[in-house]
Amino acid sequence: MQNPTKTRVKLLMNEMTSSQHTSGAMRQQQDVQPEPTSAPVLRAEARNLDFWYGATHILKSVSMAVVDCKVTAIIGPSGCGKSTLLRCFNRMHDLYPGNRYSGEIQLYPEDRNLIEMDPGMVRLRIGMVFQKPNPFSKSIFENVAAGLRVRGVADKRILYERVEQALSGAALWDEVKDRLHDSAYGLSGGQQQRLCIARALAPQPDILLLDEPTSALDPIATAKIEDLLTVLRNTVTVIIVTHNMQQAARISDFTAYMHLGKLVEYGVTEKVFTTPQSPMTNDYITGRFG
Amino acid sequence: MATSSLANAQIESARIVAVNRRADLLMASIGILVLAIATLLLASVFVGLLASGWDRLINPDFYTHFPSRHPQQAGIISAIVGSSLVMLVTAVIAIPLGVAAGLYLEEYAPKNWLTDLIEINVSNLAGVPSIIYGLLALGLFVYAFSLGETILTAGLTLALLILPVIIVATREAVRSIPLELREAAYGLGADKWQVVRMYVLPAARPGIFTGVIVGLARAIGEAAPLITIGALTFIAFLPSPPVQATPPFVNFDWLTSPFTAMPIQLFNWVSRPQAEFHVNAAATGVVLMVMTLAMNALAIYVRLRLRRLHR
Ligand SMILES: Nc1ncnc2c1ncn2[C@@H]1O[C@H](COP(=O)(O)OP(=O)(O)OP(=O)(O)O)[C@@H](O)[C@H]1O
Ligand SMILES: [Mg+2]
Repeated sequence: MQNPTKTRVKLLMNEMTSSQHTSGAMRQQQDVQPEPTSAPVLRAEARNLDFWYGATHILKSVSMAVVDCKVTAIIGPSGCGKSTLLRCFNRMHDLYPGNRYSGEIQLYPEDRNLIEMDPGMVRLRIGMVFQKPNPFSKSIFENVAAGLRVRGVADKRILYERVEQALSGAALWDEVKDRLHDSAYGLSGGQQQRLCIARALAPQPDILLLDEPTSALDPIATAKIEDLLTVLRNTVTVIIVTHNMQQAARISDFTAYMHLGKLVEYGVTEKVFTTPQSPMTNDYITGRFG
Repeated sequence: MATSSLANAQIESARIVAVNRRADLLMASIGILVLAIATLLLASVFVGLLASGWDRLINPDFYTHFPSRHPQQAGIISAIVGSSLVMLVTAVIAIPLGVAAGLYLEEYAPKNWLTDLIEINVSNLAGVPSIIYGLLALGLFVYAFSLGETILTAGLTLALLILPVIIVATREAVRSIPLELREAAYGLGADKWQVVRMYVLPAARPGIFTGVIVGLARAIGEAAPLITIGALTFIAFLPSPPVQATPPFVNFDWLTSPFTAMPIQLFNWVSRPQAEFHVNAAATGVVLMVMTLAMNALAIYVRLRLRRLHR
């Protein structure tokens, strides 16, 4: 009678509320929200999503809810389809011929299937940060302003305001405020990646997608970006792909474990890491596999 | 045992390094040799022309006089003006068309057999002898469109000639833009035209510019297609200037004016029996070469500048 996806979301919600009970001290919004049992708000939800690169079937019936203003991590062995799943959320696959989706990714609150929306519209609302820092060959300022310019913002005052806001949000403002008009290529790798985060944040996206954003960075730059994501949580909905299990455990609220294109396990991060339901997840997180 | 295998490995890697170094040296020597031969050839042609044409080159009259029956009084003013105006028409037509066509083929055209066919055709057109373009232009522009033997016809003809060069250069430049840059731009929600206008074109500019200059430098030296469409060899007047002091300030009468051009003037003087005219021809050759070299130098300069701006 009941849709299996719905059930899974219900379970997820229950898990989350119970975990809030157990670790209430850790979660500060607990103090602000009078009702600890209030159900989490969904931002997006993949339902039975399949994806093909040409004839190669990669994602197999993935269903996953993305909770508003939380960090959702996707982990799994190399080649299991993490990037492929992430890039479905902003329809990046549509740039290349022959790729095909089936199933749906509902966007909330309007409850529309983003697979059927115009890809440009989807990308206006869902920002992305790539594995390799990829700033434009423009000034620092113009890099951050790029998304605003694409949206037709030309007012200098608004641009400056939003650029400063985004750079501060990406913890980069103090380092670059005196050289906003220098080339972005003059920044270090870690700074460039934070610049890319600022660029994605400036248009205030509904969801921010990050594909292994720290894999090309040293531990200090990585720590800076992790701090940044910890600050962003509660204001932005984040989906992050990572190879680093400690990172997923540190910064995410929910964790999805993928294997061979399937979503094997999905739930509250603490639970996934302490009491995984699937033996595959257990093997992966304990390092016996992957 | 272990130490001896380590020593062996060291000897082996030293051997590989030595072999590689020898190969590097060989390649470098061949490269320098080929370069030296090419440069020497060019230099000797240039110096030869310079020596034969020197008397005329240092005479200011040579640059301000019209052609004449008397070799001592003949000058290249009508050829310089003719070439400049023809190149103006060529550039105005070939650059936007070529860049747009290259962009379309690379960014917009569906990837199917028709696009492939067009692509192969365009690449082949770049290698078609220029006199064939002259024949086409004679049939199309002079007879079918009745444009006459004018600057407009010449400009259109040379534009056709260099279109493939510009198209191919534009495609190469656009294709060499890294995928990450496009994905970054699309990821921000930019639509195709925004991506092309704000990111692809600026990044491809140095490559496109190089193609344009190479094309124009080829066009300015072409005699065959211009002779085919009926360029005059003796022009003792200048076309009306494109700009004027009175409104509307621009004037397009020059487009329909008959013309001569540098390579045609050169060809004409070379074919005269009198040796004095050959001096004029040599001097014209020097001016033409300087023009071409200057264009190439400009291309290199602009490319370096753009590259620096983009780093
Ligand atoms: N453009 C493509 N065409 C065909 N197959 C592809 C393409 N891109 C990826 N794949 C395949 O899809 C599968 C999933 O790739 P994906 O990049 O999503 O893996 P991933 O989980 O992100 O791996 P990693 O952790 O190494 O980044 C892999 O088997 C890969 O070979
Ligand atoms: Mg990946």
